Amino acid sequence: MTTLAETRARATRKARALLLAPAMAILVFAASGPLIIVVIYSFLTPGDYGGVEWEFSLKAWFNVVAERDFFTDELRFADAHLSVFWRSIKLSILTAILAFIFGFPTAYFIATRPKKQRDIWMLLIMIPFWTNLLIRTFAIMELIRNQGTVNTALIGMGLIDEPIQMLFTEFSLLLGMTYVYLPLMILPIYASMERLDFSLVEAGYDLYASRLKVLTKIIFPLVKPGVVAGSILVFVPCLGAYVTPRVLGGGKQLMLGNLIELQFGQLRNWPLGAALSLSLLAIVMVALLFYVRAVSREGESNV
Amino acid sequence: MIEIEGVRKVFGEGRDSFTALGDVSITIDSNEFFTLLGPSGCGKTTLLRVIAGFTDPTEGRVTLEGRDLLTLPPYTRPVNTVFQSYALFPHMTVAENIGFGLKMLGKPRREITTTVEEMLELVRMTEMADRKTSQISGGQQQRVALARALAPRPKVLLLDEPLSALDFKLRKDMRLELKRLQAETGITFVFVTHDQDEALTMSDRIAVMNHGEIRQIGGPRDIYDHPAERFVADFIGDTNLLPAELLSTEGESARIRLPSGVETQARAATGGQKAGGDVTIAVRPEHARLNGTEGALLPGTLGNVVYFGTDTHYHVDLDSGGSFVVRQQNQPDQQHHRQTGERVGVSFAPGIGQVLKD
Repeated sequence: MTTLAETRARATRKARALLLAPAMAILVFAASGPLIIVVIYSFLTPGDYGGVEWEFSLKAWFNVVAERDFFTDELRFADAHLSVFWRSIKLSILTAILAFIFGFPTAYFIATRPKKQRDIWMLLIMIPFWTNLLIRTFAIMELIRNQGTVNTALIGMGLIDEPIQMLFTEFSLLLGMTYVYLPLMILPIYASMERLDFSLVEAGYDLYASRLKVLTKIIFPLVKPGVVAGSILVFVPCLGAYVTPRVLGGGKQLMLGNLIELQFGQLRNWPLGAALSLSLLAIVMVALLFYVRAVSREGESNV
Repeated sequence: MIEIEGVRKVFGEGRDSFTALGDVSITIDSNEFFTLLGPSGCGKTTLLRVIAGFTDPTEGRVTLEGRDLLTLPPYTRPVNTVFQSYALFPHMTVAENIGFGLKMLGKPRREITTTVEEMLELVRMTEMADRKTSQISGGQQQRVALARALAPRPKVLLLDEPLSALDFKLRKDMRLELKRLQAETGITFVFVTHDQDEALTMSDRIAVMNHGEIRQIGGPRDIYDHPAERFVADFIGDTNLLPAELLSTEGESARIRLPSGVETQARAATGGQKAGGDVTIAVRPEHARLNGTEGALLPGTLGNVVYFGTDTHYHVDLDSGGSFVVRQQNQPDQQHHRQTGERVGVSFAPGIGQVLKD
């Protein structure tokens, strides 16, 4: 005998499963599916004209960090790969820091405007975000290239004789990525700043905290979730950035995204590309794990 | 001693400008429990914020023991605030909240620990020291906010409607608690409220405010028994307002003629009113008596009789027009219960009626 309650519970379960089905389908086919293919490909042998041979091999994983000398058959570190890894991590961290340095005061400024003005300011932050990434990147390029706006102006003012080489350097990558990803830092900080009860700031002043102390002891700890979210949102896409290093790095300053593209493109080494992609994923996961842990531990000891 | 001289505060400019404070001058004595009482929007919180340093006045001077306060930023003023919303730091424990001010003053760690312990004891929160502020009740948060503001031993404690978020029973307990704390610490309290009961029960002196101006300053008894003007009489307690004719004044005493034609003696707060004019007389419901019509100041017919437990309110329709409420305490051995429609007379002793400035 089934009671009414049981029937109803079964109906609810059925409805729930049906409602979840589209989302689950997307997750399985669009997220897990390609990832599984990438994992499988990383253990295969590269085909002569791209693609893969269905033959098991660990060579791709081996090649991520090491290479065999063509002539002497000697084993050595894959310096080229490792320097790209290192550059990607370094520039991503620096970009997140720069985005924080510029984003935090901006978010604070907007959050302390009268309510009606805030939306206008946020709109101004968002407008560049709606512009095509390529166009924005080329705009930066126009600004900093040797015959670009900045150099022409500096030479015109007589401050320098020779143009400063800014394009195709790490500086140009840093500038481009900070510019592109800055809104991703501002948005979450602004969101937590807007919720901040500003009577707490007054309470801080009332209890003899100077401006700096109010900022470091009251405002910052309270908007920290926004800062954490913002740095993750900037750091992760930076690690895999492709367009910005391609345009502003000019092929000289490769980052992981470009290296991976190279393997799938010109070099026709799909398994190595797959292994590099998975390495990138691993780096992101490890970095986030450490970051979140460090931040939450600091939060506990701070109070 | 806090001296507030000619403080004005105007928000905005031009046609949109709003005068929150218009020429306020008060002297608050050391170790006084001073209350700013008034309806919302009367400027009492603005005045408090001027003393705390969160709002700069448009004009005027504020000094504390002769020292100019207005040139000091809020974080150097020896003044602490208990905020209406408490504004406890959610990322700190109860003890850390209380110790925050001392830490910012750069006191040695040991001193902070002892003071925090003392404060926890003072507000009876010792067991809650390590709780987060979100884990304690509203009344407890209130006490933590008090302890936090008292811990740095300010010269003046500012309280911005600190009891308004509490339920009725707790509010009554906290009134006594605040009074006790003020007596124990010897700190000057400046208390802002719109609740007349709070003002009357706790204060040494009350300043009644309306539309950014001080209407009357005095002790609770003074304010209640001798309101100077219609607003004060109306705002604090219940009151009967009667039209009357002012016959003559002599010092604080005034000869008046009531609408019933009877003459009596009333009190004129500051004198100043001209004889012969029409004035308004205020009489508290519990200061009047209900008798027979014979020899009564104001004869009339009894309308509603409302029983309140401790007392009964008699609404009398006066023969001369208008109505008058008399409040009488109920006695267990009361024999005679008055009925609606009965002929009655309202009386009050000479000098009870208060001539109001309008």
